[in-house]
Amino acid sequence: MRWLRSWLPLYALIFLFVAFAVFPFYWMTITTFKQDEDLFHVATDPKHNPYLFNLPPTLNHLKQLIFETPYATFLRNTILVGLLVVAITLLVTVPAGYSLARLTGQWGEKLGIGIFLTYLVPPTLLFIPLARLVSLLGLSDTLWSLVLIYPTFTIPFCTWLLMGFFKSIPKDIEEQALIDGYSRLGAILKTVLPLSLPGLLTVVIFSFTLVMQEFVYALTFINAVGKMTISLGVPIALVHDVYRWGPLMAAVLLSSIPVAILYNLFLDRFIAGFTGGAVKG
Amino acid sequence: MAIVEVRDLKKYFGKVRAVDGVDLTVQDGEFLVLLGPSGSGKTTLMRMIAGLEQPTAGQIFIDRHVVNDLPPRARKIAMVFQSYALYPHKTAFANIAFPLKAQGLRWEEIRERVEWAAKLLGIAHLLDRRPRELSGGERQRVALARAIVREPSVFLLDEPLSNLDAKLRHAARDELKRFQRNIGTTTIYVTHDQIEAMGLGDRIAIMNEGKVRQIGTPYEVYHEPADTFVATFVGTPPMNLIARAERLIGFRPESFLPKEIYNAHEDLVSFSFHVRRVEHLGSDRLLYGQLAGKDDSPVIAKLPLTVSIPIQEGRSYEFAVRCGDLKFFSRESGWRTEPEF
Amino acid sequence: MVEAAREIPRARYRYLLDRERLLGPLLISPAIGYIVLLIGLPLLLAIYLSFTNAISGQLSAQFVGLKNFQTILADPLFFQALKNTFIFTSISMLIVLILAKILALALLKSFPGRPIVRFLILLPWVAPISLTTLSWDWVLGASNATLSTVNWTLRAVGILGPQDWIWWTSYTTPAMAAIILIHVWRMLPFATIILLAGLTSIPQEIQDAAVVDGAGFWRRFFEIILPLMLPIVAVAVLFGIIFTATDMTVVYILTRGGPYNSTHVLASLAWQRGIFGGQLGQGAAIAIFLFPLLLIVAFFMLRLARRTEVT
Repeated sequence: MRWLRSWLPLYALIFLFVAFAVFPFYWMTITTFKQDEDLFHVATDPKHNPYLFNLPPTLNHLKQLIFETPYATFLRNTILVGLLVVAITLLVTVPAGYSLARLTGQWGEKLGIGIFLTYLVPPTLLFIPLARLVSLLGLSDTLWSLVLIYPTFTIPFCTWLLMGFFKSIPKDIEEQALIDGYSRLGAILKTVLPLSLPGLLTVVIFSFTLVMQEFVYALTFINAVGKMTISLGVPIALVHDVYRWGPLMAAVLLSSIPVAILYNLFLDRFIAGFTGGAVKG
Repeated sequence: MAIVEVRDLKKYFGKVRAVDGVDLTVQDGEFLVLLGPSGSGKTTLMRMIAGLEQPTAGQIFIDRHVVNDLPPRARKIAMVFQSYALYPHKTAFANIAFPLKAQGLRWEEIRERVEWAAKLLGIAHLLDRRPRELSGGERQRVALARAIVREPSVFLLDEPLSNLDAKLRHAARDELKRFQRNIGTTTIYVTHDQIEAMGLGDRIAIMNEGKVRQIGTPYEVYHEPADTFVATFVGTPPMNLIARAERLIGFRPESFLPKEIYNAHEDLVSFSFHVRRVEHLGSDRLLYGQLAGKDDSPVIAKLPLTVSIPIQEGRSYEFAVRCGDLKFFSRESGWRTEPEF
Repeated sequence: MVEAAREIPRARYRYLLDRERLLGPLLISPAIGYIVLLIGLPLLLAIYLSFTNAISGQLSAQFVGLKNFQTILADPLFFQALKNTFIFTSISMLIVLILAKILALALLKSFPGRPIVRFLILLPWVAPISLTTLSWDWVLGASNATLSTVNWTLRAVGILGPQDWIWWTSYTTPAMAAIILIHVWRMLPFATIILLAGLTSIPQEIQDAAVVDGAGFWRRFFEIILPLMLPIVAVAVLFGIIFTATDMTVVYILTRGGPYNSTHVLASLAWQRGIFGGQLGQGAAIAIFLFPLLLIVAFFMLRLARRTEVT
């Protein structure tokens, strides 16, 4: 009893927060599998409880999403852009993070903070000049515009993240590799990179989920439905005059949950990145 | 096999003078110990010899070549770090083979040499373990095996015994010394532990504040310290120093004994010693107190078990030192001066 | 030995990449290049464009001085957007901070099921906002109030009468409330997790020492926990401000700035004018007003970084 009394308020409180957080997800799930008649029942009918299945569940909306909408194209575009952005991010941030952690000495720290600050420059300030730039380069309405621009988010954050990661690897081990007959680059490839695999994975996940989430640049650069990514195509091209809520929510569900799971796996490292020096205590 | 020489070597980190003008020659096959308190610059000096640190000024010669501009891999050196710096993602075998791979040797040759080194250090049965599955002593051997496997001309060892527990250290010290004698490679060994330094070194270079204060055999640095720093740094408890006019007079606690145990014809200087406290350490007795007279600086005497004269706290006794055991230092500079009576 | 002797004269070139002075800048230059070319220059270009009459589709643009700013400042819509940006950001950040503090304290102790709870709580932050805003649209019945679950629920508990409707995006107040609700929903997990990281980073020994010294809970909270948490709270607030104040996704998808342009924020208005309407110069001029905010945040971040360096 005493156990119950001390834990119950806490659980009740947490339950309220969880309910608030999860509600839209519950809603998209139930919508995905409800029949249309069940969905579009006018809200004045008090006997029709919208939180439950009033008719048997169906897979029709999922089928419609995959076979009757350009969702598959969006998915393909997203994966393509995602992979390229991940590749660019790794190629640029691994050397940069290493350089800041090891080679640039005292002003490395300041430069690192400077680079991280550029992460704070929002797309809102940049989409107009970048739209100009993208059209100058002839990249309007191509996936390449996104491949070129998305690293502006990922590079500052991931450089900072990797800098912290490389700093946590004992210096001795690299120096030992230098003594053992390797050049600096050889030491990085043979010892630092294998030891920072978790850090590299974090960068991959961060970059990929960012491509999944980004909306403003995609909205600015892309007009053709065939070139849209999921986060742009679903709200822009799947919504027509008549909202087809079933397939729409199916798309939202299918796209959100994998991103959420991936992101959650590496959450602690992202948080370490955001809080940076403030918690090193 | 090589001679290592440094000339007027300096390393400044901003305003801090980590190494401040060091001249040093390590003979071929010699075991030289760099001894000093932390912050004395001994590790920085070694890291410059290794090529991990660029000197601010001065020259480094290995095997008669200036190596200042060469990266570590071109210096034909091997180094064992305090942490052993084993590659955590590689097995013991792969750790030892790593320097050989850098040289691009054939696989059979690599295996042969790794097995040779492993056998030499008695770790042949551990080769497929990873570092975290090894004990401290085993890790140290893997690190040593990795260092010798490509037959370097110079060995650099940075406090390699400090991570072992006290019991293991004696055995490891003995083994290390025998091992170095066997392979006969020029060795530079950094430590802050004077017992290690005395036990291992053919010669010891004692450093403080970026400078070498004295280079000599263990006997020399103990019995003929060049200055008051060396005198008080080497030996536990440290040498007693008492001020007399322009001089400091020094004598070791173990040469400061009750007057009655000396022979009558010996040349002695005697003092009245007021004993404040007695410590029984099993093999010795330590007496803390001061000399009667104008100077009240603390003095320690160390009596071996063989001296069984009863001593009581709070009383004064006649103690004496042989004239030959007195060392004289300038009060101003701290340097040794000629004896003067 | 012979080989070693031969190597030495060539050392200078052969070992060029071993020099830290050279290698350091070399390795970091691609990142700096990217940032300068695609963040730094565009930022300058944005400022330049705001002084021109550039329109999309045409490369030539004339310098028009402060004309864009005069146009904007004469436009009540701009002030509406400025006010909305301020209202959305401040109200949602205030609610987020209070709720996040409560939630972080609740999640501090470990209890059965905590990892799952953490995962669920985080969903709003990690799922793509452009997609989850759609599902809020559907929950609220923003596009069609007769299908609104919220309305059904309010009716079921008797708050709304049988003939009452909340038309979420057809009237200004409910539309603004909806936007704030979504911002709170989205930022709460982020702030909670950051505060939680701050709470757990306070060494238990410091708290124990305070207990031993006889400090009660409130004393510990105000004299130890709060001061130690301050930098981390600042991080949560600064990021929160940046993310909320510059966001246009929620507004764009939920209301497109409506009804009657009453819910526009600076970001969505800039997009409307600059990209949709093609008036690049005017759009840039509107977006520029976010710049001071950015500077202020950057200033505080730097101070924070410096302070933690010293301690």
